[in-house]
Amino acid sequence: MAGIPHDHYEPKTRGEKWLHRRLPIGSLIYDTLFIPTPKNLNWMWIWGVVLVFTLVLQIATGVVLVMHYTPHVDLAFASIEHIMRNVNGGHMIRYFHMNGASLFFFAVYLHIFRGLYYGGYKAPREVTWIIGMLIYLLMMGTAFMGYVLPWGQMSFHGTAVITGLFGAIPFIGESIQTWLLGASAVGQPALNRFFSLHYLLPFIILGLVIVHVWSFHSTGNHNPTGVEVRRGSKEEASKDTLPFWPYFVIKDLVALSAILVVFMAIVGFMPNYLGHPDNYIEANALATPEHIVPEWYFLPFYAILRAFTADVWVVMFTNWITFGIVDAKFFGVLAMFGAILVMALAPWLDTSSVRSGRYRPMFKWWFALLVIDFVVLTWVGARPAEGIYPYIALIGATYWFAYFLVILPLLGVIEKPLPRPATIEEDFIAHYEPHTGGTKTVVNPAE
Amino acid sequence: MLRKLTLSAAAALGFAALPGLASAAGGESLIHDYDFPFEGWFGSYDTFQLQRGLQIYTEVCASCHGLKYVSFRNLSDETGPALPEDQVRAYAANFFVADFDNNSQLMDSLTGEMRTLTPADRFPVNRTAAAPDLSLMAKARAGFHGPYGTGLSQLFNGMGGPEYIASLLAGYLEPPACAEGAEIDGYYNAVFAAGGYPDSCIDEEGHRMAPGSWIGMAPPLLGDDVTFEDGHEATVESQAQDVAAFLMWTAEPKLVARKQAGLTGVIFLTVLSVLLYLTNKRLWAPYKNKVKKAK
Repeated sequence: MAGIPHDHYEPKTRGEKWLHRRLPIGSLIYDTLFIPTPKNLNWMWIWGVVLVFTLVLQIATGVVLVMHYTPHVDLAFASIEHIMRNVNGGHMIRYFHMNGASLFFFAVYLHIFRGLYYGGYKAPREVTWIIGMLIYLLMMGTAFMGYVLPWGQMSFHGTAVITGLFGAIPFIGESIQTWLLGASAVGQPALNRFFSLHYLLPFIILGLVIVHVWSFHSTGNHNPTGVEVRRGSKEEASKDTLPFWPYFVIKDLVALSAILVVFMAIVGFMPNYLGHPDNYIEANALATPEHIVPEWYFLPFYAILRAFTADVWVVMFTNWITFGIVDAKFFGVLAMFGAILVMALAPWLDTSSVRSGRYRPMFKWWFALLVIDFVVLTWVGARPAEGIYPYIALIGATYWFAYFLVILPLLGVIEKPLPRPATIEEDFIAHYEPHTGGTKTVVNPAE
Repeated sequence: MLRKLTLSAAAALGFAALPGLASAAGGESLIHDYDFPFEGWFGSYDTFQLQRGLQIYTEVCASCHGLKYVSFRNLSDETGPALPEDQVRAYAANFFVADFDNNSQLMDSLTGEMRTLTPADRFPVNRTAAAPDLSLMAKARAGFHGPYGTGLSQLFNGMGGPEYIASLLAGYLEPPACAEGAEIDGYYNAVFAAGGYPDSCIDEEGHRMAPGSWIGMAPPLLGDDVTFEDGHEATVESQAQDVAAFLMWTAEPKLVARKQAGLTGVIFLTVLSVLLYLTNKRLWAPYKNKVKKAK
């Protein structure tokens, strides 16, 4: 796919020409900053910039925290308290980092669901989607290992539970768990290597983010209509697009700034709201917390992990057909990773030729149900596995898989899509022209 | 000996006590939502309350519980207890580093030098093995977590650590009738959820008939346990709140600075958002107006 035609960088001064012949970095910056971007991007197209900001925030605060942190089982917890009490501004830096993880996942979930609704994963943007999924997986790994570092009760016992998941793999599970922890139980080797990886992975994420951006800069941005930018000539393309700077940079900054108001309020006024009180108790192998609950951003997949108990028929059947090799615990682990895998495979599971959910009357409802499902799974993941909760989790998990494996492939066949605008320009005009559309002209009957 | 062991076990359990437990046992309603001056966006510590709390801690709690993360120098923090420096020095003069390998009055075995005790720069660790350190207790417990574990009540009531501590200290009640004659160590507390519990108080369906459980710690506050110089009242409830407020300060000494930073940030970013919004509106206006005028 050829890129969108636009003006290219022309070195003007002697110095620029000198550099350009040796390293075309000016060209790279110019083409990135002034890339033609669809005019009609709505306010869901701001999360990418929020995510880049958050990554930089996490790396910047993290680097400072490392200057004062000690990755040792006897000193880690105390070194966090040292940061909170003695380091200049340490309490703010640590709370920024702690809540920054939540902002990161909040933004990434909206970013992912944006892609799912507008069909951003579809050809030719599958590679962008897959790289995004890899970034998401690395984010989960990084966040998990970061949560271990304060060496509180939840850190310690959460690590035991999560690495125990790998122990559920038949035959080789225990060896893998021991290899991951560097010992037969959570201790100094685990803390030290998680610290090392927690510092390393964000830079791999940064690298993947660059590839992620590169890939959608090659295909051109997706947009709410799913209609591609016209590429016949520069004039034609310029009717559908505006350059990234300043139009989209300023728009993204409006959104980022507004989101940071809320973020600042959380950090300033309730920094521990999203955390868990048990992590203010130093790790103690002899006292297990009553409920081991992961951070909120893991809860949907944690709920799927726990949903498939030994009394579910699928689990019993799988157990029987594999001669008992796949037990309920391993099934749960497979389901959890499978839930992310089916999402990553969405480009090939979705058979509809229409990209955007805006023009898919049936898809809209199933998608809305998926969003509700995600919220319900988040809630039920924090509840104890007793009473009605396992049933809710099972229904939620089943819908998650049904959406990707059954509903997406079927809808493409049975659904009759609505007419789409021919061009992005047409959509932009329809949105802003008076009387016929646009939010400003909608009359509220209650008024 | 056996009694001592049981007490340690109960205390160890208490160490791992989870807020979730309190709700499971229906104890949530027993945690009273006290109004503390440090709550809310503009809340800050009440200096005199912290000073009273320090006195109660020193005269009552310190006999068992340590505050190992808290430095004496912070006692003179303006947003904390704000003790004058000479009083902080006088207070700290009572404490020495209990590290006998490196500091003791004994003669150094190698050089024959006489050593003196090193003054401590922070509060001591626990005096009793079973008593947990209190430095972070106000952040290590949550008082509220409903409805249905969503934690939404914490948005309105705060995390509830100080409320939990104050409620627990004032939560020693007469044991329920079902426990009469039951052999159980400790003291009945209607808020503490992680202690021992007699079988005679569990009904056929496995539900507990009375809230709370039996705690290893004897009731520390009986009323008028300390005498304040300014004649402030010292009931069980008022003392419980004062010491809970003090423990919130030990857990979060930078709370006031944090809220100020938060407020500054919120105001600054709100102004920035408005300016950026107007900039964006103006920037896009030619393209949007063109559409409007074309019609």
